[in-house]
Amino acid sequence: MSRDIVTSDSSLAPSPDIIGGHTLSMFVNNKPGVLMRICQVFARRAYNLDSVVVSRGRDPQFSRLTLGISGDPAGLEQIIKQCNKLIDVIHCFEHDENESVTRELALVKILIDPGDRAEVLQIIEHFGAKTVDLGANSIIAMIYGNSDKVDAAVHLLSKFDIVETVRTGKVVMARGEAAT
Amino acid sequence: MSTTKLDGAQALIQTLNELGVEYIFGYSGGAALPIFDALETVSGNIKFVLTRHEQGACHMADGYARATGKPAVVLVTSGPGAGNTITGIMTAQMDSVPMIIITGQQVTWMLGKDAFQEADIFGITMPVVKHNFLVRETNSLPRIAKEAYHIATTGRPGPVLIDVPKDISQSDFTGDLDPDLDLPGYNPESAFDIDPHSISRAAEIISNSKKPVILAGHGIMISRADEELMELATTLNCPVTSTLLGKGVFPETHELSLGMLGMHGTAYANKAMVECDLIINVGSRFDDRIIGQPEKFGAGAKIIHVDIDPSEMNKMIHPDVEIIGDAKTALKALNKEIAPLETASWLATLDGYKNKFPLAYRKQGGLRMQQVLDELYQLTEGKAIVTTDVGQHQMWAAQFYKTDASYNWLSSGGAGTMGFGFPAAIGAQLARPDDIVVAVVGDGGYQMTLCELATAAINKLPVKILVLNNHYLGMVRQWQQMFFDNRESGVNLEGNPDFVKLAEAYGIKGYNIKRPADVGKVLQKALDYNDGPCVINAECIKTENVFPMIPAGAALEDMLVAPPKHKMAKPTGST
Ligand SMILES: Cc1ncc(C[n+]2csc(CCOP(=O)(O)OP(=O)(O)O)c2C)c(N)n1
Ligand SMILES: [Mg+2]
Repeated sequence: MSRDIVTSDSSLAPSPDIIGGHTLSMFVNNKPGVLMRICQVFARRAYNLDSVVVSRGRDPQFSRLTLGISGDPAGLEQIIKQCNKLIDVIHCFEHDENESVTRELALVKILIDPGDRAEVLQIIEHFGAKTVDLGANSIIAMIYGNSDKVDAAVHLLSKFDIVETVRTGKVVMARGEAAT
Repeated sequence: MSTTKLDGAQALIQTLNELGVEYIFGYSGGAALPIFDALETVSGNIKFVLTRHEQGACHMADGYARATGKPAVVLVTSGPGAGNTITGIMTAQMDSVPMIIITGQQVTWMLGKDAFQEADIFGITMPVVKHNFLVRETNSLPRIAKEAYHIATTGRPGPVLIDVPKDISQSDFTGDLDPDLDLPGYNPESAFDIDPHSISRAAEIISNSKKPVILAGHGIMISRADEELMELATTLNCPVTSTLLGKGVFPETHELSLGMLGMHGTAYANKAMVECDLIINVGSRFDDRIIGQPEKFGAGAKIIHVDIDPSEMNKMIHPDVEIIGDAKTALKALNKEIAPLETASWLATLDGYKNKFPLAYRKQGGLRMQQVLDELYQLTEGKAIVTTDVGQHQMWAAQFYKTDASYNWLSSGGAGTMGFGFPAAIGAQLARPDDIVVAVVGDGGYQMTLCELATAAINKLPVKILVLNNHYLGMVRQWQQMFFDNRESGVNLEGNPDFVKLAEAYGIKGYNIKRPADVGKVLQKALDYNDGPCVINAECIKTENVFPMIPAGAALEDMLVAPPKHKMAKPTGST
């Protein structure tokens, strides 16, 4: 008989397929250095931060942080506790997609031949996205929604000549009356 | 509140006074000038000890705290002064020792500009502190000092650093000297509120055990739960093994004691861990040096883990029951729900191991560290405060100097910091002037912080510095012998100074021990000498090795009780 081993393989170069789509939400003191403390917890255990969104709380003494992370799933529970242990962290949770709303926004700049313009605009319209800049040879689409939808739109657009994509990273909010 | 005008530095020192700080260990410098000046202008009970190196200051504060459970303060200047504290801070953090470190800093408007002696000590120390502050407002100094003290001493204790720019310390203070704490993310009180279901589940598992072992850690000492532990062990008739830092929480001379477990623990403690059906871990974090190979640890046993720090649960080992909270509160509750167990045959088995694999050493063929430590134990009747450095001498001291009470064994466990032992002894002696304090150090580690001989001499501290001199970095040499075909690399300390003459240069008494027959006589002389520190240099066999040994990363059942006859594979664990 052998006990389950608690693994945390720090030699693993973090790759997004180790765990995908884990979103942590934190409520923290709004002070210099807080993000650094949090990043150190993740970096030391070889977790990659795929996205970081920080915004000031309604009470400016606090900030709200949403982190998209990838890394070894076995260590996730421990890392959440490790974050909660930081004096400047009021709380840290992993949010379940069913009980929360997660959204992100992407800006995609595409170079287009005049002949492709109609198709590009059609894709943008299909995804409920918006054209926020339109030039003779380029277009900037603003896509928003859950991350899968943003991924799908970017994927369809990638057959055209994408110059750059900028994504905000996920923001998450608990459903219902409870605060996140 | 006082009516005289204070500056920030004075408000800071006044707050430390009110918090009951007894000692500040430190080293001065430009950016800390206002704070050093406040030591002279603010009246109170704080005593300042000038050390000879900032690392020494940290280890002294650490020794003071480990010998009392109360924190001391370290005060140093910016840049290099602050930088020199890192090892000392890390040592305290790894072993959950409360400490407050105050660093001077460049003036606020120079921060981030590589100004003279500016170092981002706030950033540099973040991974090695429980918390730290960079003070940006003079009026916040009392609140931050109080918060630092609170954070350092509650929950799982640890070091807290306060970085104070010079303009902040020397500006006028116009605030509140007794402000409220503002720590919305820190609730150590929750540790006293323990889930009663976890206690009942633990009691239930305990009631079914025939071969239980209590693994007693430092957490018991911190929460002062020694009596509750004694009640648990004696009610259950359950043997107790302790970690290196837990030495003393349960008397090692008690018949239920198995001594220390782990890499160089007793054979019977490690065998008990392998054969038991229940491990009750109270206040230990399942360090890699006690679990060996995590997959095999406690494979046939149920595990109950009591820890104040939730992030220790499932970190190394998945317990069957997690009890999150203060050890004393948890044990009090648990003791109400338990009944004696039938452990006679289990205890008989373990007694068999005690007889078969005793801690022993040879007295022929030269002087061994084990003998010196054994005789020291006999002569002091086990009552001394023993601090150690790191290496072979430390492990033998842990084996042969049995510890019967908390706060009497001071050793750097988590960090394994060479240079710790001697300055820690200075802190311990200041904290407990009436106790015998012996610093057991190796010839290597001693040389890392022996500049503090001046501090010990000037303060006339009767610390006994026992240098167990094998002219080697012995523990590393042991690994090279066992795992690297005896190729010695970077371990030979031939050319050590004459430690007795060196002591004499500081006006310190020195003794040599060269023959096994002289040990008792010389030690007794040193113990009787109380006019200040003394150094005892014991010339020991150079190539003795420490056993039992569980190679790093190996399972507890793979323990070597004697030197291996065959060549060993390189260990999979680190050290
Ligand atoms: C600051 C520091 N550097 C290096 C080490 C690695 N190390 C562990 S034990 C040891 C040898 C210690 O030699 P000594 O102080 O003479 O003690 P001995 O093992 O000979 O008793 C070394 C170098 C350490 N623990 N700490
Ligand atoms: Mg040595």
